[in-house]
Amino acid sequence: MEGLGPEEWQAVWLSVRVAATATLFSVPLALLAALALARGRFPGRWAFNILVHLPLIMPPVVTGYLLLLAFGRKGPLGAFFDEVFGLVFAFRWTGAALAAGVMGFPLVVRAIRLAIEAVDPKLEEAAATLGASRWRIFATVTLPMILPGIFAGAILGFAKGLGEFGATITFVSNIPGQTRTLPLAIDAALDVPGAEPLALSLAVVSVVLAAAALGLSEWLARRSLKKTGAL
Amino acid sequence: MLSVDLRIELPDFTAEAAFEAPAGVTALFGRSGAGKTTLINAVAGLVRPASGRIEVGGTVLFDAAKGIDLAVQARKVGYVFQDGRLFPHMTVARNLAYGGSADAERVIAMLGIGPLLERMPATLSGGERQRVALGRALMSGPRILLMDEPLSALDAERKEEILPYLERLRDETRLPILYVSHDMSEVARLATTLVILDRGRVLRSGPVAEVLSDPASVRSLGVREAGAVITGTVESYDATDDLSRFVFDGGALILPCRLGPEGAIARVRVAASDVILARTAPKEISALNVLPVKVTGLAQGKGPGVAVGLQAGSARLLARVTRRSAAALELKEGQEIFAIIKATAVARRDIGHS
Repeated sequence: MEGLGPEEWQAVWLSVRVAATATLFSVPLALLAALALARGRFPGRWAFNILVHLPLIMPPVVTGYLLLLAFGRKGPLGAFFDEVFGLVFAFRWTGAALAAGVMGFPLVVRAIRLAIEAVDPKLEEAAATLGASRWRIFATVTLPMILPGIFAGAILGFAKGLGEFGATITFVSNIPGQTRTLPLAIDAALDVPGAEPLALSLAVVSVVLAAAALGLSEWLARRSLKKTGAL
Repeated sequence: MLSVDLRIELPDFTAEAAFEAPAGVTALFGRSGAGKTTLINAVAGLVRPASGRIEVGGTVLFDAAKGIDLAVQARKVGYVFQDGRLFPHMTVARNLAYGGSADAERVIAMLGIGPLLERMPATLSGGERQRVALGRALMSGPRILLMDEPLSALDAERKEEILPYLERLRDETRLPILYVSHDMSEVARLATTLVILDRGRVLRSGPVAEVLSDPASVRSLGVREAGAVITGTVESYDATDDLSRFVFDGGALILPCRLGPEGAIARVRVAASDVILARTAPKEISALNVLPVKVTGLAQGKGPGVAVGLQAGSARLLARVTRRSAAALELKEGQEIFAIIKATAVARRDIGHS
């Protein structure tokens, strides 16, 4: 193993920033999608379900390519975000975060959806008989009960973001300091003769980050279980 | 006062029920699947009837003809569910306050749940949970209290723990209470009005003593459940033999255990199958209770049994004998005979207080 240089540390922090940004934006959207899928009765629900799961089942390169078409400089959505918010995704770290968020989205939705489906609607009925509005029921009964599921989904999304490779390299390429996240740095190191020990060090950092994320999620889940007296 | 007149389409049958529930406890009694929970849910707004009308104390909750259908939230019903349904992530105190804090101090004191306030629901016993659920419903300041078999998940001991609270609630408030049950001794102890349901239809309804002592009710209640309820006073208690003397308008009964303090009013359910009839007053028998009674009516059952309505003073009793015995005794309306009730036949759980 070899010590990490400034360039490698840059890749580590970039990865954390990309994964955290992706998680921050995907969790609220995933909560809405999970609510729609678990509770909603609307036409096209099955099609929406497939759309949400597409990044999980498509080759990552395809996802990356579709992102490039849609969010590239000349892509319709890319142009829209550039004009309205001044936000550019192409070959920027924001693009890497977008790719990470999209790839992790199905995992986050699944975790939250399972949690919503485990909520006993009878408790929500009980809240309604006590006069609570739908919003109050959601905020005081449903949301606290699915919080462990939201945490679990967020951690999954974060871990997926740390490890995302295929869609990222296709969409925003491998630019040091901009889009070279941990997995991309490992890939680059493996291409350089003699840099294999460096690749190993980066791999160890990856494992430590993933394990820490998992540990955090377990701790949060246990804490919320303890609060309800179930443990 | 609650008045209900509803038609509800169910997968197996259509429920068509009309009844009124005055102040006090109105028991909806029937087998499982009779539509009891469906009716109570319709009052709460959790089930939508096809047509009809629900009114509580002058407020219309539902009227299909006028297009009125108040949301669950706006109905102000206090609902105590079979399984309690306390919010598992909130303390007892937060559960109680969820729907409001009407009369909080009195409710908490009456139910004896003060010491539980900081506990989480998962740490409560079944009986404690139902007391908290009852408190939560009461503190929401309801127009009516709905209780769907609130004791059926509890063992006999826990039931005994809660029944006195329900008796107090019945006697201390003017709140109409709609109480679903399939347990006759519970109904006999608590109910002031009884509605017997079968397949979504009302078979009988009226004041509980009247319905239960009517020989014609036996068929709708079932042979085992039939039996009259008599109300009287505890006159004395004999500790040596562990027997109480219970006095009512038609005479006196010696009953097992201590029924309550002297002078307390008690209700006793006497199952129809525990009453034996004789034409002359029997002598030298082990039964302690022999009452002179008058036959008020006879009703032929489906099987070999005959239900015999009896009157002792102003109180009514019900006996169930075989057709052969009825013929041998030449029973007919107006006849003066004797009813023999074995003291131990009256179980502890058949005795209520008010």
